[in-house]
Amino acid sequence: MSASFLYALVGIGLFSLSLYGLIVHAHLLRKILALNVMGSSIFLVLVALAKRTNEAPPDAVPHAMVITGIVVAVSATALALTLMLKLTAETGRAELPDDQRESH
Amino acid sequence: MNWNSWLPLLVILSSLLPGLIIFGLAEERIRLRTVLNLAGALVKLALVGWMLWGVYHGHDYEMRLALLPGIELVLRAGPLSLLFVTLSAVLWLVTTVYAIGYLEGSPNRSRFFGFFSLCVTATVGVALSGNLITFLLFYELLTLATYPLIVHRGTETARRAGRTYLAYTVFGGALLLLGTVWLYTLSGTLEFTPQGGFLDGLGDEHRPALMIIFALLIVGFGVKAALVPFHGWLPQAMVAPAPVSALLHAVAVVKAGAFGIVRVVYDVFGVEFAVGLGVLGPLAWLAAITIIYGSLRALFQDDLKRRLAFSTISQVSYIALGVAIAGPIATIGGVVHLVHQGLMKITLFFCAGNLAETLGIHKISEMNGVGRRMPWTMVAFTIGAFGMIGAPPVAGFVTKWYLGLGALEADQAWVILVLAGSSLLNAAYFLPILHRAWFRAPSDAWPEERDFGRKETAWALLLPPVLTAALALAAGLLVMLPFSPLEWAKLIAAQEFYLP
Amino acid sequence: MGTALTDSPWGVMLILLPLAGGMICFIWPRMAQVLGLVTVFSVALSVVGLAWQMLDTGVYRHAVGGWGAPLGIDLYADGLSLLMLLVTAMVGFAVSVYSAAFFEREDATRFWPLWLFLLAALNALFLSADIFNIYVTFELMGLAAVALVALAGGRDALGGAMRYLLAALLGSLAYLLGVALLYHGFGTVDIALLAERVDASPVVWAALGLMGTGLLLKTAVFPLHFWLPPAHAHAPAPVSALLSALVVKASFYILLRLWLEVFEPLIGSEGVHTLLGLLGAMAVLWGSVQALRQTRLKLLIAYSTVAQIGYMFLAFPLAAAAGVAAWNAAAYLAFSHALAKAAMFLAAGNLLRFGGHDRIADLDRVVQRLPLTAAAFALAGVSIMGLPPSGGFIGKWLMLEAALVQGRWDLVAVIILGGLLAAAYIFKVLGYAFTQADVVHESRAVPASMEWAALLLALGAVLLGFLAVPVLSLVGIGDPFGASEIRP
Repeated sequence: MSASFLYALVGIGLFSLSLYGLIVHAHLLRKILALNVMGSSIFLVLVALAKRTNEAPPDAVPHAMVITGIVVAVSATALALTLMLKLTAETGRAELPDDQRESH
Repeated sequence: MNWNSWLPLLVILSSLLPGLIIFGLAEERIRLRTVLNLAGALVKLALVGWMLWGVYHGHDYEMRLALLPGIELVLRAGPLSLLFVTLSAVLWLVTTVYAIGYLEGSPNRSRFFGFFSLCVTATVGVALSGNLITFLLFYELLTLATYPLIVHRGTETARRAGRTYLAYTVFGGALLLLGTVWLYTLSGTLEFTPQGGFLDGLGDEHRPALMIIFALLIVGFGVKAALVPFHGWLPQAMVAPAPVSALLHAVAVVKAGAFGIVRVVYDVFGVEFAVGLGVLGPLAWLAAITIIYGSLRALFQDDLKRRLAFSTISQVSYIALGVAIAGPIATIGGVVHLVHQGLMKITLFFCAGNLAETLGIHKISEMNGVGRRMPWTMVAFTIGAFGMIGAPPVAGFVTKWYLGLGALEADQAWVILVLAGSSLLNAAYFLPILHRAWFRAPSDAWPEERDFGRKETAWALLLPPVLTAALALAAGLLVMLPFSPLEWAKLIAAQEFYLP
Repeated sequence: MGTALTDSPWGVMLILLPLAGGMICFIWPRMAQVLGLVTVFSVALSVVGLAWQMLDTGVYRHAVGGWGAPLGIDLYADGLSLLMLLVTAMVGFAVSVYSAAFFEREDATRFWPLWLFLLAALNALFLSADIFNIYVTFELMGLAAVALVALAGGRDALGGAMRYLLAALLGSLAYLLGVALLYHGFGTVDIALLAERVDASPVVWAALGLMGTGLLLKTAVFPLHFWLPPAHAHAPAPVSALLSALVVKASFYILLRLWLEVFEPLIGSEGVHTLLGLLGAMAVLWGSVQALRQTRLKLLIAYSTVAQIGYMFLAFPLAAAAGVAAWNAAAYLAFSHALAKAAMFLAAGNLLRFGGHDRIADLDRVVQRLPLTAAAFALAGVSIMGLPPSGGFIGKWLMLEAALVQGRWDLVAVIILGGLLAAAYIFKVLGYAFTQADVVHESRAVPASMEWAALLLALGAVLLGFLAVPVLSLVGIGDPFGASEIRP
């Protein structure tokens, strides 16, 4: 199989692993990291699939999509981290609070 | 749109607009509220009168509004619509006067009269509907408008009654919706078509579906019409103030249900088609059972309003019975009872309200000798009671006569037994009340007497029952007049059965 | 005047106005409220302009910057997009008026920029013509929404926001992977071009699975709805209104678009739409039952949203045979629900403001002191229950008709049962409007604009009951549901 196909497979593999990580880990930082890895895995897939043949230059459109995606991921991560910090300040733990009890 | 298409809408607006304004009024604006109420009622009566005159002279009043692609909202003034709308308009005026007197000093009157007006708006809309979906729209609106009236007092009993009412009526409404949409998918139209309905073209493969649809529609309407076993909400709804019970049981809710049954059998299925489907037999049985059951339960009630409630359950089914017998004369009997029962029952409820308001009487056992204390009220009550029993010359006799004749004409003699049985039972639970009121000595003190000086009770409480009792008497005595309810019913039956 | 109206790039304005407005509000917090209202009003006017233009010239297509697809970004609007834009403008305007009175100084300076960014994202999403642009706008929308949920702070709101964010990001990442697969398979991200090139190959199935799951997660369809009740219930009332009314509809819109255009060749197969129908049915039933069990008003309303979304998904199995009729039903339900649900959340906000709590059992006195709010809740409830006259009734009728024509008795039962359950939980709340007054907990007076905003939205939902014919013809511009194509 070609190198790009291998990269794509690795990307899919990473996606699955990080999905597992997202669901299983309780600590918010780990969840956020898992989401980041997921994002990166998709970027990997995109870049890998961008290669068409050995002679022609790679397709630029997926590269553009990756760049856009990175920007989005950075903003999302920033928001997530801020939320995590605020939540930790409120509850003392960096985990999702239990499902709703009567709090007031 | 020209004037002819605006008139039906105006009739509806004549109670909707005052109602909406009344909602916004502060509680203390008594005079303005009274003016709005009465003005709305009078305007509506005037508009209905105009419509009557117009239809008599051959005008056509119809309004159509596109609701969905292919379906319109239709308001039309035909003979049957006019019968019901006139009844509603007259009785609304009377009940408004009564309610103003009855609720004097009570809290939340603006809210009450607002919903009261909405209730009448919905009833008039039901009356003027020209197709099944318009009927459904106003019918459901009626449910929504009457709920606040039932729970008006805000007590735990009232709220429970309201919940029961909703459970029954929302369920009935769901069945109605299902039946209507299903019917639409089969027939492509929902227009009320006198003289045969609109289902003639459907082939035999639809027979089972049509029978189920008939059942759905009858049950849907039967809930409000208090057909057994869907009557459970009615006795509990007695917790509402007397004007509400009067309106609900004479005009609005119960009649709307009965009216729906009439429409379904005549203008949707058509009598011939329904007979062919074999669905009228079960309906007749259901009506008969309701008639007897209601009267039996009434016998054992000591609370006056509850006895009247079960009496209503019984009496309204006369309409269904008349329709189900499927003959021209029985039709006359059933349709005219829409008016007769309305007049008689509202009289009885007005009187019950008077007894409660003036003397604090809620139970029949407390009614000893009340005829001497409140003679006019009890005279009205007596007239209403005789009508229920079917004694001439009150209107109820006319109904029973025609139903009996119709049963003979349609070879359903068993109905006469039902009618006779019902009359006996009615006598059994009304005559003792009359005896108590007129011939027993009063106990030392009434439960809770209010002082009205030398008058029997407030004018606003006295005049309405006297008026409606007189009308009930007139409807029975003056049947030969061209505008009597009976002649009207004959016109409607003639139209339905192709008679000249 | 005529040509100026029809030639203006309304689509671009719909995106630029709120973006610019949001940025200015952020830089100039003192003017945030006024600027926010002005921006939203001008957005509403632009939508009207767009509608005018589309009634005249049909479908709207505009290449941003003059560069067309496949490399540039196209803006595209047909009847369905226009409907969503209209809903957004209407609800957005009412909620903005409400928020002007609702938020205190500090919260307001944070609310307006975020809301305007959300508005820009929504408008851009409804105008998108390619699936990658949808991803970007989708993310923007999600981030703005999450930030809005967390606005007021506090454990519940922050927890709800965090859950929402994680779910949203997961959903969009799954979606993005699907985009990658589709691009690799067919060389374009433009929806119209994809529609032409797509066939029923494994790549498309994989993309459907990924994008579908991601979108179902973001639409909070049972059983992926877990994030919605906490987020919607603990956000400030106007934010809850925006979320339930608009944001959730956005992901439904995307799913619908993809289904109609890109995944069209797969529609014939039974499996997927049966699954969607099943999920929808379970959402209706489960959501309604859960709503009935709630003791807090905002949670009740949030679960009601879960249920109402389920109704829209019933259109998927029905559309297989009844086509346009079922989609019309779903669109109408979406429209009415947006208005009604926003009205409900705004009303709940009023009750909360007045009484200091939203425990249903203790609502009595509060409800009776706020008759306009009670009326708003009641009228909105009429639409949610599907009782006439209301938009909800029209949608229910259309859906029932489609189901009965095809003999889908299971779906008929779900629709009827859902209506009964809705009546149960709506009247559970309304019953308290009529009890005898007990103790008054008055904390703060409720400004008239807040009450009227709720009431007007509710009246809109009821009025929709009479506007079916014009609305449906509007939706038909550009034939989004493929009425002209003959389906087997």
